[in-house]
Amino acid sequence: MRPLTIGRLFLQCAILAAILFCVMVLALKFGAIHVSLYGLGRDLLRVFLGKSTEISSEYSLIVLNIRLPRILLGAIVGASLSVAGTSFQALLRNPLADPYVLGVSSGAALGAILALLIEPHLALTPEIASVFTPLGGFLGATVAIAAVYFLGRRDGRIDSNTLLLGGVITASLLYAVIILLLTVLPSSNVRGMAYWLMGELSNLPSKPLAWVLRAGFLAATAVIYTTASDLNLLLSGEKEAMHLGVDVHRVRLIVYIAASALTGIAVAVSGSIGYVGLLVPHVMRMIFGSDHRILIPASAFGGAIAVVIADTIARTIAAPADLPVGAITAIAGAPLFIYLLRRRLA
Amino acid sequence: MTSLTRASSTSDVARNATRSGDSGRGTNDPRLSVEQVSYAYSPNPQQAPIFTLEATSFQAKAGEVVAILGPNASGKSTLLQIISGALQPLSGRVLLNGFVTHDLEPRIRGQRIAMVQQESQLLFPSKAWEFVMQGRHPYGRSLRFETDDDVVIAQNALAQVGAEHLSDRWMDQISGGEKQRVILARALAQQPLLLLLDEPTLHLDIGAQVDLLETLRRLALENRYTVVIVTHELNLVGEYADQVVLLQKGKCLRVGAPANVYQRDLLEQVFQTRLTVEMASNGRPRVNLLPDT
Repeated sequence: MRPLTIGRLFLQCAILAAILFCVMVLALKFGAIHVSLYGLGRDLLRVFLGKSTEISSEYSLIVLNIRLPRILLGAIVGASLSVAGTSFQALLRNPLADPYVLGVSSGAALGAILALLIEPHLALTPEIASVFTPLGGFLGATVAIAAVYFLGRRDGRIDSNTLLLGGVITASLLYAVIILLLTVLPSSNVRGMAYWLMGELSNLPSKPLAWVLRAGFLAATAVIYTTASDLNLLLSGEKEAMHLGVDVHRVRLIVYIAASALTGIAVAVSGSIGYVGLLVPHVMRMIFGSDHRILIPASAFGGAIAVVIADTIARTIAAPADLPVGAITAIAGAPLFIYLLRRRLA
Repeated sequence: MTSLTRASSTSDVARNATRSGDSGRGTNDPRLSVEQVSYAYSPNPQQAPIFTLEATSFQAKAGEVVAILGPNASGKSTLLQIISGALQPLSGRVLLNGFVTHDLEPRIRGQRIAMVQQESQLLFPSKAWEFVMQGRHPYGRSLRFETDDDVVIAQNALAQVGAEHLSDRWMDQISGGEKQRVILARALAQQPLLLLLDEPTLHLDIGAQVDLLETLRRLALENRYTVVIVTHELNLVGEYADQVVLLQKGKCLRVGAPANVYQRDLLEQVFQTRLTVEMASNGRPRVNLLPDT
């Protein structure tokens, strides 16, 4: 009997944080323009010491102003998706659940595409224009969440199966609307939107928006984390959890809203990056077990690591072309998922 | 604690006595009091109910084993859910040491009432000790880490059902009988006053069934639990229960000691089969099925 202790939790998180840090440094190094690891270390040290003026401007432009924000964005998006996936798998008691299963991403995609359509017809200031599409995405996600919640209620309470079915139906309906819109759009926009549907990290959010994302991620993850041991019990079934003192309806509502918000945050700035929210929780569960007190932070780190690596590949494999990161995660994720499935059956 | 309903001040005293370990022994107050509870279920409010449980009453003391007996669809599990506080009765009430079980807040209910369900499905595998540790959940705040006390209590719970050796095994890799012991150990780790079991013998062979009932009998006496068990097993109930609540189609036909409830005509009518009842030398009734030939 070795129950989880705070010490072990911190140790495991520290190891994952160290791996994430190394991955990020390597991601800074790789790209269309070569940067040596030594030069990178020296310049990062300069930034920490407040001597940024000593760094050559061309170098600083590429590494610190283009690559670094993109890597940080990838980390937040990956962490959000994977914490949302972990939560939905526990909430819906379904190992196939992912952040997109409840129609959140389709809602966000539709919202963003509508925003892209409307934008040229409005006289927007540059500041508003820069957040207009993500805002449309987030609003779309919110509307989809509300609609699915309404569909998923039975006798005034959330019912997991009804919620799941409501989500799947909503997602396919919204997706059909998106396809209709894409076919009637002016051709210049289609490629951008298709990229958006695949998921990409090349549209960097403005600085204030990036801070909103980070704060939103931390808040929603913290809220989900407060229900970590309740989620452990929910895995054994709603009735069992109730008899073990879990306020099932309260926990379900909290986790549903917070996990949906995480998905909305990620999709609004990056489109739908698939497989991260489905696979990372499974891999982390294999390594750390299914105790959500460790699984939730581990998923956050694991998701960040996965998306930063995938995006580095997307940036470099066909450089100078920039591939959608969602294509990379899907190409790597689908075979991995099949492997895990076969292993589980064996 | 504001949501607690206090039925009388004397029962509060009884509860304190129980919490200090005396379990209400020496007083004549029943620990569990089921008072005229009824229930009606209909899929939508406009229709007539498709299932009803008519007013049922019984009482049980600490250390007693009560069996709810009856054929399928007689309302056994419904009655058990009402006792556990999970279902609100249409009328009547269930008192545990003077508190209405349905009005207890979930955490407090988890500290006083433990339920062993028919089937415990695990989505992702866990070790047996992790499973037993879940029984300590009602005693912690949402993010609490298990204390040394919790570990000792969980180990004792496993020891009490003779399953210490299973502690580090995976739940999906042990036999049905072993699994049932671990599930029972989790209920013991809740340190409840009231232990409820819904057809715990369903997937067990006859040896494991006898074993489980022996264990329950012993635990009820040692830990001063009140045990309520739902089952079809006539002979196991006849041998091990102190009280039988006999249900048929949502009606409570009899409440009493097995020797009083087990009457040939009554059981034949309830279970729709021919049988004989004889008294064994220990005063316990034995039921023999008579084939139709």
